[in-house]
Amino acid sequence: MVGAIRRLGTLFINGVWQLGFITRFFWLILVYSGQSFTRLHLTLRELYFSGVMSLLIILVSGLFVGLVLGLQGYETLQRYGASDSLGTLVALSLVRELGPVVAGLLFASRAGSAVTAEIGLMKVTEQLKAMDMMAVSPIARVVAPRFWGGVISMPLLAALFSAMGVFGGWLIGVVAIGVDDGAFWSQMQSAVDFRYDVLNGVIKSCVFGVAVALIAVFEGYDCVPTAEGVSRAITRTVVSSALAILALDFVMTSFMFRGQ
Amino acid sequence: MSEPLVRLENVRFAYGERTILRDISLSIPRGQVVAIMGGSGSGKTTLLRLIGGQERAVGGRVTVDGQDVAGLGRDALYALRRRMGMLFQFGALFTDMTVFDNVAFPLREHTDLPPELINDLVMMKLHAVGLRGAARLMPGELSGGMARRVALARTIALDPMLLMYDEPFTGLDPISLGIIGQLIRRLNDALGASSVIVTHDIQESLQIVDYIYFISEGRVVAEGTPDAIRNSTDPFVHQFVHAEADGPVPFHYPAGDYATALVGGAG
Ligand SMILES: Nc1ncnc2c1ncn2[C@@H]1O[C@H](COP(=O)(O)OP(=O)(O)OP(=O)(O)O)[C@@H](O)[C@H]1O
Ligand SMILES: [Mg+2]
Repeated sequence: MVGAIRRLGTLFINGVWQLGFITRFFWLILVYSGQSFTRLHLTLRELYFSGVMSLLIILVSGLFVGLVLGLQGYETLQRYGASDSLGTLVALSLVRELGPVVAGLLFASRAGSAVTAEIGLMKVTEQLKAMDMMAVSPIARVVAPRFWGGVISMPLLAALFSAMGVFGGWLIGVVAIGVDDGAFWSQMQSAVDFRYDVLNGVIKSCVFGVAVALIAVFEGYDCVPTAEGVSRAITRTVVSSALAILALDFVMTSFMFRGQ
Repeated sequence: MSEPLVRLENVRFAYGERTILRDISLSIPRGQVVAIMGGSGSGKTTLLRLIGGQERAVGGRVTVDGQDVAGLGRDALYALRRRMGMLFQFGALFTDMTVFDNVAFPLREHTDLPPELINDLVMMKLHAVGLRGAARLMPGELSGGMARRVALARTIALDPMLLMYDEPFTGLDPISLGIIGQLIRRLNDALGASSVIVTHDIQESLQIVDYIYFISEGRVVAEGTPDAIRNSTDPFVHQFVHAEADGPVPFHYPAGDYATALVGGAG
């Protein structure tokens, strides 16, 4: 019993320490960001690796999610004779929730894990130490560009995911099932509010971008410098990112969408 | 100028509970090449880290060019490191850059030289280590010895005042070994720099260095010029120079009784 309490206490204290480390690390990244922005090509390169390389998986997944939404949405709506609202349903689900959340989860497993692995391996092979010894800050040179590459890619990817999803819903609803094309789009247009729906969705995806990118670079930088340590760090990136995304999503949704 | 470039005074260092260096005092005079020898795991790499300010001593003082390394802030430490070059034991080449970009890295980071000049400087450094032809290769395409030579070229790219080489000779064939040894010596003299070589290669060191320190169990156990070392009767030095298995240098990492470990199962 005492042992259990003690373990819980240790876990809690470790958690607080970890939170402290990650906050300090975040602060350092911000401090060094100026330096890394003056050499923009580094960040652009990471933008390519994180963003452009994730495009395919994001677009394909977006399409499938849209197709499923179209099928399920139509099936439910037509029971109430509201199948004309299919466009509204598809667009709102994607823009508010599925776009940012699913794109975030995919992004964490595609790009976040790659960033963790890359930084972790640089640590194992002493590349970070060597850089530090050459009076070049690894945080400015290696970490900050990867962080910003992730932060910038994430909202763009989420937007593309949503767009692709709407297209998928349209394919199923209008092209395959035969919902009225005009109703699909016009209902969507009148029901989706730019500020309330779209902007809040974009804010969500930005927050997820910061969370995933921060977790990915932190786990890589903080890993135990062995093969096993790197593989664990990658796992932690994916798991912690997923948890962070879902928890943050709940918090933000409860503030943003109260149906006044 | 008589003040040595690097001075360690009664330095003590521990990783957590494990004391690695107990009481080390040594100095690296300006313009000289000094070798540090000792068994595997005796703390030689750690010693270089202390000089470079990557680890901080628990006790004692490490000064480089008159500055107390442990007392320096980040900017001052980085300013100092720009004048140091360190060859890492395992090369530590940047795996996402070509050989050329690796050597150009410190030049691009710390100077505003035009690309043509950087190109010439990099080619000169690569030529010195015999790898000008490998400039376009990636580190993954190099052999161990080649990677080490590229790392050496990167170390000397900025013509530092203090050069630290962690095992520069491992993985080199006898011919490259002799050439690299000479290169380290010539470079030191041409730049007016000071060098520390951590190495196991006693024969090569005896030829090129000015002074040798032997460390064991966290202390300097013997020191002297190459001539003094050759003629030394010190049992430690003798064992090292003649590569004998029996002597004061322990081959085994501290452990319990061997027989107990065998009979008892778990060590
Ligand atoms: N990061 C670390 N954490 C804990 N212990 C370490 C760490 N790095 C090295 N050690 C320990 O410190 C001791 C000295 O290590 P060091 O790398 O300085 O040895 P070395 O003299 O360079 O050996 P070698 O000739 O094999 O390279 C070793 O016993 C090692 O186990
Ligand atoms: Mg070593």
